[in-house]
Amino acid sequence: MNQIQKDLLEQIAGIHEVPQGAYNFRMNGEGAGRNTTENIDIVTKTDKPGIDIIIKPNTKNESVHIPVILSQTGLTDLVYNDFYIGDNADVTIVAGCGIHNGGDEKSQHDGIHSFHIGKNARIRYIEKHYGEGDGNGENVMNPTTIIEIDQKGYMEMETVQIKGISSTKRDTIAKLGEGATLIVKEKLMTHGNQYAETNFNVDLNGADSSTHVISRAVAKDDSKQLFVSKINGNNRCNGHTECDAIIMDNAVVQAIPEITAANVDASLIHEAAIGKIAGEQIIKLMTLGLSEKEAEEQIVSGFLK
Amino acid sequence: MLELQHISYTVKDENNNDKHILKDISVKINDRFVAVTGPNGGGKSTLAKIISGIYTPTSGRIILDGEDITDLSITERAKKGISFAFQQPVRFKGITVKDLICLSAGKNLKINEACEYLSEVGLCARDYIKREVNASLSGGELKRIEIAMIIARGTKFSVFDEPEAGIDLWSFNNLIQVFENMHKKINGTILIISHQERILDIADKILVVADGRVADFGHKKDILPGLLGGKQIACKTLIDKL
Repeated sequence: MNQIQKDLLEQIAGIHEVPQGAYNFRMNGEGAGRNTTENIDIVTKTDKPGIDIIIKPNTKNESVHIPVILSQTGLTDLVYNDFYIGDNADVTIVAGCGIHNGGDEKSQHDGIHSFHIGKNARIRYIEKHYGEGDGNGENVMNPTTIIEIDQKGYMEMETVQIKGISSTKRDTIAKLGEGATLIVKEKLMTHGNQYAETNFNVDLNGADSSTHVISRAVAKDDSKQLFVSKINGNNRCNGHTECDAIIMDNAVVQAIPEITAANVDASLIHEAAIGKIAGEQIIKLMTLGLSEKEAEEQIVSGFLK
Repeated sequence: MLELQHISYTVKDENNNDKHILKDISVKINDRFVAVTGPNGGGKSTLAKIISGIYTPTSGRIILDGEDITDLSITERAKKGISFAFQQPVRFKGITVKDLICLSAGKNLKINEACEYLSEVGLCARDYIKREVNASLSGGELKRIEIAMIIARGTKFSVFDEPEAGIDLWSFNNLIQVFENMHKKINGTILIISHQERILDIADKILVVADGRVADFGHKKDILPGLLGGKQIACKTLIDKL
């Protein structure tokens, strides 16, 4: 790995070198390293680009890292990654994509991730997207996440895009079985002329299933964001979607929460708030000795923490 | 020493007429603990905001230790050693109590160092240090955190705008102790806007502001009996409160 690639890896996965446990590195459209464990197998797909990650039932406290790095300008990379999480497993999965585009052509990574989460299994899924570059080429990422959670399964998904992605369309589609839980925490910041679109569609099909979709977003400069969150309550269930956005400069933010109850015992809530940074917050931090700009940065970084 | 020289502050009301909030206030504050009191709407909070730089006076000068700070920004005054505890503390999503204490202290503190400031205001620090300063905290908790921030700043001139407002009686007794301790320790001046007799009672001097003017200013022993005995006409509201 060269320094650019190491830096990208640090940004998206918080690691400097080869991580512990199972991993699969993908660089510039090709496999660049893999490790499997007794309980976690990673198999290259034969019909299309991508991998199957197979986690045995009852696997506890293990992790899988599957970072993707693009440092070659003009590359379009499409992968299908399928995760099979066995019953009663409890694992952490760290995905993420970093693009360094030093040229003038578009670099694009589209990842289609499917999760099949077994009975009583728990997973924490962390996905970070980051872009950088000194050329004029666009960095594009369109991740799709398809989630199916079986009885009493649990998934917590943290999805973060803070910097450098020119355009993104993020689709998450989930179907929850009996007693299943899905927590989604999205953090998003756009600047310049960036565009970010997020679509969540959660079907609460099983009795006592529940979901909580939380999005915190900051839109700066001339960037545009669209946030659509749909929750369908088809059984006795609890659903909550909240979108909280800070708007700055000439940005545009649109939030469309949609909740549909198709069962008398479905309890669904949506909240959406968009507003600029409160003047009194800036003034308070200025009375502590911060400049106006420092105060703004502090408020934004706290909001996205 | 902080000196206010002929400070006036005028705004436009809804009919575009001049509304004089502060009228030619001149006062020298060179004591450890000065309480500012007077009827509601008399200009006390405006005066605090003029001192901290949130409002710019229409006329007059503000001198801190011989330096004219009238044209300095909020940030610059904060750096010169002025601190201001808001009457209604501000909430922040995502920023934690520890973050605010560290920003106040101007450096990264260890957990136990930050905890000491919270303990001083009677908060069980371990329960609060990682909490977000958001709507989940009660008004009383926020007020105490606000005071802890001022203690962490440790500057030479600290202004508190009605620290007792919104604090329950049990907390109030502790609050008095906090200010008694601060009075003993402080290496500068505390200026505290208050209607509470017990706070006025620990002050060295009392400044009475009514109808935008200095109605009275002097040693506690000279001012307090008048306030409590009803001789001070300007302070009828205060007397009712007390």
